[in-house]
Amino acid sequence: MNAPKPKTLFEKVWESHVVHQEPEAPAVLYIDLHLVHEVTSPQAFAGLRSRGLTVRRPGRTVATVDHSIPTGDPSLPLTDPLASKQIAQMEENARRGGIRFFGMSSAGRGIVHVIGPELGLTHPGMTVVCGDSHTSTHGAFGALAFGIGTSEVEHVLATQCLLQRRPGVFEIRIEGKRGPGVTAKDIVLALLARIGVGGGTGHVFEYTGPAVGALSMEERMTICNMSIEGGARAGMMAPDDTTFEYIAGREFSPRGEEWDRAVAGWRALPTDDGAVFDRSLTLDISDLSPMITFGTNPGMGLAVGGPVPRPEDVKDPSQRSALRKALEYMNLTPGEPLLGRPVNVVFIGSCTNGRLSDLRLAASVLRGRKVDPAVRVLVVPGSQAVKRQAEAEGLDRVFTSAGAEWREAGCSMCIAMNGDQLSPGQYAVSTSNRNFEGRQGKGGRTFLASPLTAAASAVTGKITDVRTLS
Amino acid sequence: MEKFTRFSSRVVPLLVDNIDTDQIIPARFLKVTDKQGLGDNLFADWRFNADGTPRPDFVLNMPAHRGAQILLAGDNFGCGSSREHAPWALAGFGFRVVISTSFADIFSNNAMKNSILPLALAAGDHARLAALLGADPRTELTVDLPSQALLVPGGAAMRFPIDGFAKTCLLNGVDELGYLFRFTEEIEAFERTTSRS
Ligand code: SF4
Repeated sequence: MNAPKPKTLFEKVWESHVVHQEPEAPAVLYIDLHLVHEVTSPQAFAGLRSRGLTVRRPGRTVATVDHSIPTGDPSLPLTDPLASKQIAQMEENARRGGIRFFGMSSAGRGIVHVIGPELGLTHPGMTVVCGDSHTSTHGAFGALAFGIGTSEVEHVLATQCLLQRRPGVFEIRIEGKRGPGVTAKDIVLALLARIGVGGGTGHVFEYTGPAVGALSMEERMTICNMSIEGGARAGMMAPDDTTFEYIAGREFSPRGEEWDRAVAGWRALPTDDGAVFDRSLTLDISDLSPMITFGTNPGMGLAVGGPVPRPEDVKDPSQRSALRKALEYMNLTPGEPLLGRPVNVVFIGSCTNGRLSDLRLAASVLRGRKVDPAVRVLVVPGSQAVKRQAEAEGLDRVFTSAGAEWREAGCSMCIAMNGDQLSPGQYAVSTSNRNFEGRQGKGGRTFLASPLTAAASAVTGKITDVRTLS
Repeated sequence: MEKFTRFSSRVVPLLVDNIDTDQIIPARFLKVTDKQGLGDNLFADWRFNADGTPRPDFVLNMPAHRGAQILLAGDNFGCGSSREHAPWALAGFGFRVVISTSFADIFSNNAMKNSILPLALAAGDHARLAALLGADPRTELTVDLPSQALLVPGGAAMRFPIDGFAKTCLLNGVDELGYLFRFTEEIEAFERTTSRS
């Protein structure tokens, strides 16, 4: 008998979730975990009601509020009537649907992609979806996790399934050892600078190679989180002992015999030797510098010490005009260095870099230092649990004594629909994931970077290479 | 869902690459609980000045393009956020087709669920179309979904690919949720045999 065909991690997860497939049609794919937030779900629940349907498997959906909530003083009442309505409706929809809900006053609430893993809801081998493109974060556990639209949210609520075309698998092999000052964020920004924002379209990334195994779970999440910025709906990493140690003992993690069975299954998930990827690329991180973006999409990145690219050096005419348009919006001069450029705001937080290890990195720079008084610095934990842990370690006092704001959990200035936003023309160094025009506030200008670079820039008030901070 | 077969319209050229869904509909307009009225804020930050007046130099505000139902965009349209508010806003404004050379996966899925056709042309055809519109902004195109062709006055038809299932859904106005419900028995069996509940 022939040996079974070697399979990729993606193939194993995909094939074990196909409920049915008609010829020529997309697969009916079973969804294990459905995360829901207040902004992309109200129309889905309304659709369900108008068709007279109910939530098929309420136990497989978990809801929270994160996008439109304020992150200021929690004792103050909500002042935005539209946000209040969304929040109230999320609560009502969860109650009526019998869905577990982490609301405003809940100790478990936070950014949906921070709390899923933190509560032990995300497991290897699962299918995870959410009406949110950064659902790719959960792929760090070896889950197939991707963002969906609101119609699809309704499909999952009604049937616990989605119609999906099978994507290709794009191997991103990461090799080498990174130097000081280089974080997971820099690795993914370097990847995006190389492949561009559409480079992964139609594919799922699988990150492989020794450098991936050496990353912590939180670092892995930072990288998988930004897979979508390369156009890949999902990014996956093989589960290993680091993964299992992270999951063990969390609120919704399996226990006892169930745990042993689960781990045995998870150990069989990694890509088999000899399995074939549709595409492959190798990224060597040995010589990587801290990265920063200069433009208006996450693929427009460069080493922090490098010059802003010149449109005349770009051969492709449409790329040249895109670069010109971006530099105009950012009001940057081609050829000039970004280092030393004054900024108005530093934002440390988001589902990319709002976890405890990110706050520790930022605190390692801010401890015993002061932020530049001309800069507003917001530190926003990714969840209330991250907030409590950070406070237990005294990180909040590091931030506040440096002159930074220590806020409540939420998406905050990553999306600027909750009161935290840039003013027109302002520059921010931000640890979030999108530097699109106006993403952090109408007319605002974003430089994406790591928590280390953000904290160093907060201290000097200028874009700074953390390795040179005296 | 509305059926999509064949129609003719003028075109709005917005030849910018990588138009992300934050540009199509900025996040501050997502604090809604229904789908109505989003068209008013389509491309809001490109379309309006700070005081809310329309920018006369933005293509959507030009009288020549009023009423056009086809948007001609640059490469990789709809990247970024998964917000279905983007196709809701496009549809609300009156667009039924977006032409590009490629579309972000989530946008493309969302668009078709709202009877918007993401029409991907080969790069050469896309460039020819852009030139044609540059010469005559009032050019009218015909989109024929059954034959997967874009008919251009005085030129050869431009072919475009579309997934067979998606095409059937658009042509017949098939609602995917209705299709999924045909497999309720299979879903139940899957849950039983894999001990999921
Ligand atoms: S932190 Fe930003 S990217 Fe993450 S879920 Fe919130 S809004 Fe989306």
